[in-house]
Amino acid sequence: MNIPVRDVRAAQKLSFIDGDIHPAFRQLSDLYPFLPVRWREHLLTYGEHLRQGLTGQLPYPRMMASGMRVDAFPENGPPGSDLKLMQTQHLDANGVEYGNLVALSRGGMEERNLDFAAALSNAVNDWQIETWVKPEPRLRAGIVVPQEDAAFAAAEIDRRAADRRFVQVIFSPRASDPIGHRRYWPIYEAAERNNLPLGLHSAGFSGGHPSTPSGWPTYYMQEHYSFFTAMQGVVTSLIFEGVFDRFPKLKVVLIEGGFTWAPALGWRMDKHWERMRSEISLKRRPTEYLRDHFWFTTQPIEEPVKPEHLGEIIDWLGWDRLIFSSDYPHWDFDHPRHAFKFHLTPEQKAMVFRDNAKAVYSYQ
Amino acid sequence: MSRHVVAKAAELKPGEHKVVEVKGREVGLFNIDGEYFAISNRCPHEAGPLCAGMITGIVLSDGPGKYRIERKGEFVRCPWHGWEFDIRTGQSWCDPKSIKVRAFQVKVEPGEELVKGPYVAETFSVAVEEDYLIIEM
Repeated sequence: MNIPVRDVRAAQKLSFIDGDIHPAFRQLSDLYPFLPVRWREHLLTYGEHLRQGLTGQLPYPRMMASGMRVDAFPENGPPGSDLKLMQTQHLDANGVEYGNLVALSRGGMEERNLDFAAALSNAVNDWQIETWVKPEPRLRAGIVVPQEDAAFAAAEIDRRAADRRFVQVIFSPRASDPIGHRRYWPIYEAAERNNLPLGLHSAGFSGGHPSTPSGWPTYYMQEHYSFFTAMQGVVTSLIFEGVFDRFPKLKVVLIEGGFTWAPALGWRMDKHWERMRSEISLKRRPTEYLRDHFWFTTQPIEEPVKPEHLGEIIDWLGWDRLIFSSDYPHWDFDHPRHAFKFHLTPEQKAMVFRDNAKAVYSYQ
Repeated sequence: MSRHVVAKAAELKPGEHKVVEVKGREVGLFNIDGEYFAISNRCPHEAGPLCAGMITGIVLSDGPGKYRIERKGEFVRCPWHGWEFDIRTGQSWCDPKSIKVRAFQVKVEPGEELVKGPYVAETFSVAVEEDYLIIEM
């Protein structure tokens, strides 16, 4: 008897959208073709002037190999700088359908010289398209803008938005002021006008502020936790400053900042809002903004002793709020098939690995 | 279970390791001071390529500010999340009761033992004067 052979491997292969991939420069000169001569000379003569504390420290996760997967070093340059390795090691091997680039360095987010920051922003946006998205159409760029110059940032968003290879607006959520402040509102106006979500990544740079809310940490283990507390400040600032009443269509993706804290923060915000709502005027309960305007990427995912506890927290948060992310090529990379240690239903899987990202981002 | 010749004993010097394939599975082969060990190249945490990680000792502490490294060269640290495993046993250091990477016994056998068999079909000249590393899987 002939039994029809089912292609089990193809059926089991999960294709997914990756909400957080970090591209790197092989060397500083990679940026030169995209910088006007005037700013190239400035970079060589004066260098960057960054908002950064603990001078001389790596502003980066740094448990091992400068915060990188030990097996992700190409022959030349740092991890994340070689498209071919990224393709064989991650995009092809793990079945990435679309991958969002989160370019963290040299995009002007941390630069104090605002004219230089504008030139860097422009250069990094061109670099993403030329070096990454053109040769690898599965990748998508983010419009990196210097948030401290909101007028320039809004103009850069308007200038790039028609190019749908850019799927989001990226800037530092650890800005000079908490980002709900009105000085940043031109960015939100431009993002909403162009239907682009904000992609906020709190890990790595702390913008010159102590990285934990109670001061500079002693150990890296403490600092890693601060990505989450930084995000809590971002959420409360955006909600209580009234950003979503003014920009009701604004979407915010919190990248690499965790998500298990969000339900508890919502309960607390609602409690305080009920007692102190006369201090500010908000149209809705805080949790309603949290529920409607925020999405969360998964990595670095929590791994409780009883893995199913994580599922309960996601029930509180909403399965439609999570976007899987790998953080390739950083050391705390999550693997799409092994990150969740409990059973997800096919519907939950579809949401986390693809549908939620497609609801937030426009992939064309 | 079948026996697999995975390497010549002499090609793996003390302190060295290599990844070999046995029945489609990757296995890390280690020489620690002349003793041979083998563990799976798949980290039980998120399936990272375990043996591409750093070979190290274990940091022990009697209290804050007091550290010492022991058993240098006897632990492998996964290249992704840094989980540490005892190369001798496959036991994890963070949670030894419940997490373990599969370990295989490595035997060293002389070549003349290996070429003996019940069937003789065609003879090849085989270097039998050397020792070989054998894994049963």
